[in-house]
Amino acid sequence: MEASPNLTKPDSATPAPHRGSVPLEITQAYLTRARLLGVMSALGVVLAAVCVLAALFGTVRIDFVRALRQPSSPDHAILFAARLPRILMGAAVGATLAAVGAALQALVRNPLAEGSTLGISGGAAFGAILALVWSYHFGGGWALVPLAGFAAALVSTLAVYRLGQMHGRLEPFSLLLVGVIFNTFWSALILLVNSVVNLYQTRSILFWLVGSLEAPTYYEVAAVTAFGGGGLMWLLWHARDMNLLSLGDDSARDLGVEVDRVRRAIFIATSLMIGAAVSVSGMIGFVGLIVPHILRLAFGADHRLLLPASFVAGAAFLVAADLGARTLIAPAELPVGVITALCGGPFFIYLLRREGHRGIAV
Amino acid sequence: MSAVKALLEARGVVAGYRDREVLHDISLEVAPGELLAIVGPNGAGKSTLLKVLSGAIEPWRGAVALDGRPLREFDRRALARRIASLGQESNSAFAFTVLEMVLMGRSPHLGALRLEGARDLRIAAEALERFDLTALAARAINEISGGERRRVLLARVLAQEPEVALLDEPTAFLDLKHVAEIFSRLTQLRAQRAMAVVATLHDLNAAALYADRILLLKDGRAVGCGSAEQVLTADNLRMVYETAVYVGRNPVNGAVTVLPGAPA
Repeated sequence: MEASPNLTKPDSATPAPHRGSVPLEITQAYLTRARLLGVMSALGVVLAAVCVLAALFGTVRIDFVRALRQPSSPDHAILFAARLPRILMGAAVGATLAAVGAALQALVRNPLAEGSTLGISGGAAFGAILALVWSYHFGGGWALVPLAGFAAALVSTLAVYRLGQMHGRLEPFSLLLVGVIFNTFWSALILLVNSVVNLYQTRSILFWLVGSLEAPTYYEVAAVTAFGGGGLMWLLWHARDMNLLSLGDDSARDLGVEVDRVRRAIFIATSLMIGAAVSVSGMIGFVGLIVPHILRLAFGADHRLLLPASFVAGAAFLVAADLGARTLIAPAELPVGVITALCGGPFFIYLLRREGHRGIAV
Repeated sequence: MSAVKALLEARGVVAGYRDREVLHDISLEVAPGELLAIVGPNGAGKSTLLKVLSGAIEPWRGAVALDGRPLREFDRRALARRIASLGQESNSAFAFTVLEMVLMGRSPHLGALRLEGARDLRIAAEALERFDLTALAARAINEISGGERRRVLLARVLAQEPEVALLDEPTAFLDLKHVAEIFSRLTQLRAQRAMAVVATLHDLNAAALYADRILLLKDGRAVGCGSAEQVLTADNLRMVYETAVYVGRNPVNGAVTVLPGAPA
C-alpha cells in the first residue's frame, strides 16, 4: 500500500512536490532511523567510557590488572564487591530518573517538571520509609519497600496533577509551587517518622533526603534495572503520543490520541520507575531535569529519541556524578544527591528564567 | 446539495459545557468537496459546533454521523484518519521543528513504533510547499510568527489527508495575500481530493466569496443556511450583529460584499 498513485503523481495545477529527492536541510529536521541509531550509539559509547573511568578511580587506588587476574586480591574485592555494584546502581537509577523526567515533562507540558520538582520523589521516599519501618517491626519482606514507594509516588503524581490545575487547565507555575510544597511536606513527614521510630537498622535519614548510592546489592541493582527498563518500554510505546500531547489535549485528541489512556500509562509507568529508584537510592534530584533538557537542545524534542537517549545519558550522568561524589573530597565521600543538587539548583533557575520569557505551556 | 450524499451530517444537535447550553437544535450536512462556512458574532457557538462535528464534544441530544455512522462508533485513530481539525491552540511546550509538526499529521496513519517513512515525508513536503513553508522546514515552531504557525497547522491538516477538514478561523493572523492563497489552496484540494471543508470565519466577505454555503449562527441557533445571497442579507445581518450594515456586490467578481453601514 506504499505510494498510492493519485497522491504521488504531481498535479499540473499544484506546485510541484519534491519528487523522490528531498532537500538535505529537510532530512535533518525530523527523526530518521539513521539519526536515532547514530545518537543512541554515540551515547552508548559515552556511557561505556564513563563506566570504565568510574571503575578505575575511587577513594582508594586499585590495580586494575590484578583485580581482574587475581580473585583473592583485595583489588578484586574492591572492584567487584564495592565499585561495580555501585556503578551499575548509578547507571540504573540515573537512567530511570532521566527517562521519568522526560515523560513527566511531556505529561504536564512543562520542561521544569521532574520527580523532585513535582514532589513525587518525596512521596516515594516517604512510602518506602513507612514500608521499611513496617517490615522491620512486623515483617513483610523487601518487595514491600519498592511497592510502597510506587504507591506513594502514584498518589503524589495524581495529587500534584490535580492540584496544579486551575479551571480545568494545567497552570505551569501553580503546578511547580504545589510540587515544591509537596516536597517540603514529605521531607517533614520523613523527619517525623525518623524521630518517632528508630531507624538504626536501616539507612540513615540523610540517605533518603539527599539521595545516595552507597552500598547497593546486586539484587537491588537487578530490581531497579527491571523496573526502569520495563517502564521505559511502556513509555516508548506511547512516545509518539507524547509528542502529540505536548500540543495540548484537544490537538492530541484530534490527531487520534486516546488522551486519557496515554496519561494513565505515563502516571503508572513513571510511578513504578520512581518508586523503584527512590527505594534504593533516596531522593536524588534534578537528573530528570538536566539530562532531557540538554538532549532536547542537542537532538530535538521528538520523544521517540528523547526517551531512550535520556535513559542512556541519564545513566552516564549519574555514574559520572557519583564518581565525583567518591573522589572530590577523598578519602571521605559525598552523597551523590549533593552533586546533582549543586548542578541542578542553578540549572533550574536558568531554565525558569529562560522558559518564563517564552511563556511556557500556556 | 441533497443530490449528493452527505459526508458529515449533524441532526438536531444540542450541546454545551457543564450546565450551559451553547447550541440549540442545529442541523447541517456537508457533501464531499463542499466548503461550508459558519459565521456569526462572538459567542454564537461557532467553535463549539466545530468541536461537536469533530467528536471532541458529545452532543447532549441529536447526533453527528460520518458516512451515516455515528461518530461515537469510531475510535479516535480511525476518526483522525478521516476528519482533521485546526483548533485555536497553536503552542507546543517543546521546540519541535516545522517539519516535525507537519509530520505529526501522519500519526493516525502509522503504528505506535513506526517512524515516518519516505511516503510520509513526501506528503509532508508537499503540504509545506503548498503553504509556502518549505524554507521554514527546519525552524523551531516557537521561533516563527503567528501567521506562519497558522499555516504550519494548516499544512498539518493537509498531511493528515482527511476527507473532512474542520477549520476554526483558518485565516486568523494572516495577511491579505496569505488569506487569498489559503482559500485558493483549499479550493484546489476540494477539487482534487473531494475534501469537504467546514470553516468558522469572522470575515463575512471571505465567506461570501469562497464558501458554497453559509450557516449563520446567533446565540447557538441557526438563522439561515444557504448561498451568500440567501443568508447574508441586510436584514439578517442587522438582526444578528445588532449593527447597521451595507450589503452590496463586489464590482470585480460580483460576490456579496458586507460593509459597516453606520454613518461615518
